[in-house]
Amino acid sequence: MSDNNTTTKAASVPQQRDAETATPLLQVKNLAKHFPIKGGFPIRRTVGAVQAVDGVTFDVNAGESLGLVGESGCGKSTTGRLLTRLLEPTAGSVTYRGQDISHAGRKQLAPIRSEIQMIFQDPYASLNPRQTVGSIIASPMEINGINPSGGREARVRELLEIVGLNPEHYNRFPHEFSGGQRQRIGVARAIALEPKLIIADEPVSALDVSIQAQVVNLLQKVQKEMGIAFVFIAHDLAIVRHFSQRVAVMYLGKIVEIADRDSLYLRPRHPYTHALMSAVPEADIDVVKKERIRLEGDVPSPISPPSGCRFRTRCWKAQDKCATEEPPLVQISGNLPGHLTACHFPEDPTTERTQDIILDPALVALEDEPAGGDKA
Amino acid sequence: MPEPQPYDPAIAGTGAGGAMDLAISEGSSLDGGPGGLPKDPSEKARSLWSDALRDLRRNPVFIISGLIILFLLIISLWPSLITSGNPLKADLSKAQQGSSPGHPFGYDPQGRDVYTRVVYGTRTSVTVGVCATLGVAIVGSFLGALAGFFGGWWDSILSRISDIFFGIPVVLGGLVFLSVVTGSTVWPVIGFMILLGWPQIARIARGSVITVKQNDFVQAARALGASNSRMMLRHVAPNAVAPVIVVATIALGTYISLEATLSYLGVGLKEPAVSWGIDISAASNYMRNAPHMVLYPAGALALTVLAFIMLGDAVRDALDPKLR
Repeated sequence: MSDNNTTTKAASVPQQRDAETATPLLQVKNLAKHFPIKGGFPIRRTVGAVQAVDGVTFDVNAGESLGLVGESGCGKSTTGRLLTRLLEPTAGSVTYRGQDISHAGRKQLAPIRSEIQMIFQDPYASLNPRQTVGSIIASPMEINGINPSGGREARVRELLEIVGLNPEHYNRFPHEFSGGQRQRIGVARAIALEPKLIIADEPVSALDVSIQAQVVNLLQKVQKEMGIAFVFIAHDLAIVRHFSQRVAVMYLGKIVEIADRDSLYLRPRHPYTHALMSAVPEADIDVVKKERIRLEGDVPSPISPPSGCRFRTRCWKAQDKCATEEPPLVQISGNLPGHLTACHFPEDPTTERTQDIILDPALVALEDEPAGGDKA
Repeated sequence: MPEPQPYDPAIAGTGAGGAMDLAISEGSSLDGGPGGLPKDPSEKARSLWSDALRDLRRNPVFIISGLIILFLLIISLWPSLITSGNPLKADLSKAQQGSSPGHPFGYDPQGRDVYTRVVYGTRTSVTVGVCATLGVAIVGSFLGALAGFFGGWWDSILSRISDIFFGIPVVLGGLVFLSVVTGSTVWPVIGFMILLGWPQIARIARGSVITVKQNDFVQAARALGASNSRMMLRHVAPNAVAPVIVVATIALGTYISLEATLSYLGVGLKEPAVSWGIDISAASNYMRNAPHMVLYPAGALALTVLAFIMLGDAVRDALDPKLR
């Protein structure tokens, strides 16, 4: 990930997007998923709902890679499963190439299934242990009745080669492969039908760090060579920065900030984005040390999220307005076009800060202890 | 006093980002690409089933119980292989006599050859055990799998019904059911066992299907547009069947002893059918004078049940090592 690389890419991104904004590949509007909580006896009633995703709006353009970041439980994976229609949304719409698929049945989805694919987080759970690699990768073709010229087996061998596996391992079972190799099999299955869009749900989180890089590089190669759009769900900011042209930050079921990669990483506005950025470990000791933001407490329960701005309970800038009025996701003054932030009192567009912000008293105590921080 | 050092993850050596950058730029091949697998190209692909089979072949419990069961199956198919007698031929003058040349187990109260009757009784026991187990497994796993796969009201109803069946005491249920549905063949007994036995398998199958259903590979199949039946047959069933096989194998032994129990109580098989339960019942009145008439059929029963339960244990160990 060199700096030269990033800047050249960033320059080309706006033009590319201008050309394609006319027809976004995937449009998501006010998407929501509430999981009902059942309780009571003798008749089970709905007593509440986990508002996993609550009003998410974004577009994905053809060939583009959108990163979706946020902490555990913020609704990233649920969003991914809504996009692939593994879950049915409670409200809002998912539009793929102008066709609303939010409530489409299996028959209506059939032609779209082959164009939207998914890569799963856990390479140990996403491959059927009773099927050979060959039949796993051939299953997309089988289900969709596709017979490539030269036969399915030849195509499977070709796919194995594309993802960097030995085509001779066609007849092996998943348990004979390592985690990274299994994830490659998952990638081969996802690209078997040459989809237009791949939802990658934390595709590298379960892998060893050195293997993560290889799988990310493989995904990048696939994306470039086949022009596939990606929704890349992750909680590792470094990987998302490496992979995505645009990044959306989610907090408790909502997008709090969405922008082009460099705009978001270099000029973040939302306090939560600031907090996330300041938590990224910095390996380069020459870089001026950034001050950090320590958030207090946990993410509030998605069963009864805070009123107004959902981040206000942990935000150091929160005021009365934040509790009463929900900030809209808009382009606030000082932002580049396409950089949307949902905040009443945004931070300065910089990642440099002069002072630590520590909200948790326990952490303050830890900081004060000499040498305590080093050993921790 | 040293200067307080703020905690810095990068210095403290967690440097995950740094390690990743390094790996990306080098493009190292730690995870092997084409060359990373076991080298021998002739190594045969192994499935979990063949792993299980390999485990079984090394397990002495499986070998011993397997040999006993093989023997039982053979003599229940061709009893004349090891006896030339007729289990129904009675000679009252020899009633209750002990062992004699040609008649190693002696005679029963009717003067029939105990050895021949024990051999012919195998057929009844094995038939009941195998048929009842097959019936229970088919009915139970079908209903249980549907309940687990589709959930909802169908699951609720099925679970309540199986709760009701669980509440019926087996012997009392057998006394009532078999005094209504009578006959001297094995079929009413088998029917009763299926009727009362399916909820056990249905529960196992339901739980197993629910566990497998949540796996990502089932979701992956759904994302590819697979139909319910394809997901069920290709992805769920093969991964959910192991616990069903284990429980069914162990249950086989208990069905055999249940048949003997019901026959002993006079509601299972009835004369002239040949069954260990009937023989034990008829001979139990003479237990003090001629214990051999009870001991031989009871021994055969115990050995058979033991063999099937041992087989079930061995199969469980092979298919689901976590339960060991």
